[in-house]
Amino acid sequence: MSNALIAPLVAALQPAATPFPESDSFWMPKSASTGAGDVDSLYFFIYWTSVVSVAAVVLAMVYLIWKFRSKGRSASDRAQSQHDHSTAMEVVWSVLPLPFVIAMFYFGFKGFVDLRTPPKGSAEVHVTGQKWSWSFTHKGGCNDNVLHVPVNKPVRLVISSMDVLHSVWVPNFRVKMDAVPGRYTDLWFTATETGEFPLECAEYCGTSHSNMLSKVIVESQDAYDTYLSECGKVDISAEGGKVLFEKKGCPTCHSIDGSPKVGPSMKSLWGKEETLTSGTAKVDENYIRESILEPQAKVVQGFPPAMPTYKGQLSDDEITALIEYIKSLK
Amino acid sequence: MASPSTTAEALAPERASTSDSYLTHEKGIASWIFTLDHKRIGVMYLIGVISAFALGGFFALGVRAELFTPGRTLMDADTYNQFFTLHGAVMVFLVIIPGIPAALGNFVLPIQLGAKDVAFPRLNLASFHLWMLGAIFLLLSLFISAADTGWTFYTPYSTTTNTAVIPATFGAFVLGFSSIFTGLNFIVTLHKLRPPGMTWFKMPLFLWAIYATGIMQVLATPVLGITLLMLIVERAFGIGIFDPALGGDPVLFQHFFWFYSHPAVYIMVVPAFGVISEIIPVFSRKRIFGYSFIALSSVAIAILGFLVWGHHMFTSGQSVLVGTIFSAITMLIAIPTAIKVFNWLSTMYKGSIHLDTPMLYALAFLWVFTIGGVTGLFLSTMSTDVHLHDTYFVVAHFHYVMMGGAITAFFGGLHYWWPKITARMYNERTGRIGAAIVFVGLNVTFFPQFILGTRGMPRRYYNYLPEFQELHQLSTIGAFVLGTGFLITAVSLLNSLRKKPDAPMNPWGSATLEWTVSSPPPYYNFHHTPTVTKGPYDYDDLEYDEKTRGYVLKKEASAS
Repeated sequence: MSNALIAPLVAALQPAATPFPESDSFWMPKSASTGAGDVDSLYFFIYWTSVVSVAAVVLAMVYLIWKFRSKGRSASDRAQSQHDHSTAMEVVWSVLPLPFVIAMFYFGFKGFVDLRTPPKGSAEVHVTGQKWSWSFTHKGGCNDNVLHVPVNKPVRLVISSMDVLHSVWVPNFRVKMDAVPGRYTDLWFTATETGEFPLECAEYCGTSHSNMLSKVIVESQDAYDTYLSECGKVDISAEGGKVLFEKKGCPTCHSIDGSPKVGPSMKSLWGKEETLTSGTAKVDENYIRESILEPQAKVVQGFPPAMPTYKGQLSDDEITALIEYIKSLK
Repeated sequence: MASPSTTAEALAPERASTSDSYLTHEKGIASWIFTLDHKRIGVMYLIGVISAFALGGFFALGVRAELFTPGRTLMDADTYNQFFTLHGAVMVFLVIIPGIPAALGNFVLPIQLGAKDVAFPRLNLASFHLWMLGAIFLLLSLFISAADTGWTFYTPYSTTTNTAVIPATFGAFVLGFSSIFTGLNFIVTLHKLRPPGMTWFKMPLFLWAIYATGIMQVLATPVLGITLLMLIVERAFGIGIFDPALGGDPVLFQHFFWFYSHPAVYIMVVPAFGVISEIIPVFSRKRIFGYSFIALSSVAIAILGFLVWGHHMFTSGQSVLVGTIFSAITMLIAIPTAIKVFNWLSTMYKGSIHLDTPMLYALAFLWVFTIGGVTGLFLSTMSTDVHLHDTYFVVAHFHYVMMGGAITAFFGGLHYWWPKITARMYNERTGRIGAAIVFVGLNVTFFPQFILGTRGMPRRYYNYLPEFQELHQLSTIGAFVLGTGFLITAVSLLNSLRKKPDAPMNPWGSATLEWTVSSPPPYYNFHHTPTVTKGPYDYDDLEYDEKTRGYVLKKEASAS
């Protein structure tokens, strides 16, 4: 399949996905945080130690095969020597790897402490993972499903989960931390470049685990301030609902073109008589409201009871806007 | 020689009569299912393990085929999740853990000891019956609604998903007991049934490896049992051990799980070290280099292996201090592992190297396992692990160790002992071709996954960004090459069964006791317990005999 054919398919599956920016390293994605440089240096120290070790073992092996290959089985086939022990050699190759692994341990430890210690005065953003979308809440209550951060400012993410384990991973920043239900975890970074960077769920969480993608939008302080001041204003109309629908990650499970995904499609939904696991229901304002706030109350036949509740995450105005949007999808 | 008659007597050709071999001693299906003979139990394990390997391989190819394109290729996301869960669970619990110890070990261990059977033959049979029962439960979940949790069963996903998690975990629970029985049996056998003259440091290294494995099986597996039982109780009655909604702690499950499952990694790979330590000296015609270092490094790995489980949890929110200790101890394991590799290489120096199929697998092991080993360094280093954890880098690393290490050694051992088990010589040409294709397939499948992981591809993903497609396709092609290699190997081995028995007593010129009995071994292995008078890697008194195409005692040695 050519990339041109795949691209729209993937775009449909991953509403918030963004490609990785071009990297100048073969191995690592572009480094875009203050901490990434140290991680990469250590990575390449281990990498070259490994390349040299593997090459040494393989070359030695090839040489030994070439040099000492038997001419075939015969009564006179004998090893040239039966020498089987050398304490000196054992000591040498027991000690030889030690300084290398000690160095890896020490710098890994130092780097880890740095990664785990956010600078004082970091901006805080609360991250909540939920099957299968991310939600980012800034100071002042602005809530979004993509993460806006200012460039060159330390940002601390305080992470939790509503249901099962998830994990926040921003490859370009070399940071990752599990989202554990029932407790807070955290990570921090200082982004050094403006642009968009993928944020992925790294801990397996079920059906749409691989679509639980978001992005970090790194922008100037001014742009970030503007974002915060305009965030949270609700446009109660079909257009406003469309924006919300995408922002809240609804397209992960609900299509707007009639194709079933994890949940029913939104196309021509309004006014329809839905067959439920028990009974039927007409799709009206109250049905949609209930489906958003108490998704398990009425489950459409043929679909798993997989939807999480959005209670506390959507205001009444936002729910009204979503209803307007669904009405418009004829 | 202290007791000149014994080894020579066991080697005498007239004793090699196949009239009462373990294969012909009794007939009928019941004589197999309820046998107490370790050899028959070993063969049944072998058939079971290889069948499970084919099943696990089928799931692996399904996963790789699905990943040929992003989005849907063959199956939906839920089916994909079930496929990788079944692939992992089948390969870990049904193939790699019992593969070398229970299948090959059962057959070889008592004969290498000059014993008539293991210490507790009934326990041995019970272990096999439990294995069957566990396999049935594990596979039962296939027909209800196969578990989709990954083989790690992490909570709270595993306590909330509506797939059949309970049959699968119960299966793993039962398989755990099978593993404990085998480990316990082998430990006792090695303590009590060694023949006169075979001190601990005159044991074949395969037995040292099985001994170290047994200790881990007995000490670690009960923790898995309890953990899975708690998971079942949690799911069935919602008592709140792991589920935070009920006041439990999901990270506690990870601690319990890895307390078993990290030692389990060594349960899988230490027996492989044992097989490699047998093959390399035999096919180099030279005494193993650094015997005691190889023997004791297995024990060191077994002990250290208990103290590193937290390195699976650097990003779980575990405290920095705890992570630091786990990282440091993990680094230490590099030392005994490196010691082994260097000793194996030194064994080949000034040897007379024969590139028969078992040796090709051993050499492939050296290469691939070294890559698997050094890539472990990236993951035991804390700051680089933060980036690499839960990515394809980890997937590549453990497949290099498990597939490239444990499975490669298993197939090396299978070819090595095949003439002894079946009394047939497999076709050397097809055997070698199979080994070469497996080696190529393995690297083409798993090497691209290192690159995928570092570049940002998380594991257990059904869908992926288009930029990862080329590497995924390369990996998928490699997987099918790998599958072809195993298919050729299977055909080659099965084909040999159609021939008349033609295996000599000692085709490779080995010096361990299993090669002093006929092929296939007699029902009672030995009429008299042999007295061991020479080391397990002492090839001086053996010479190749063109007529039998096997090795016999040198004339002057047999006359003395």
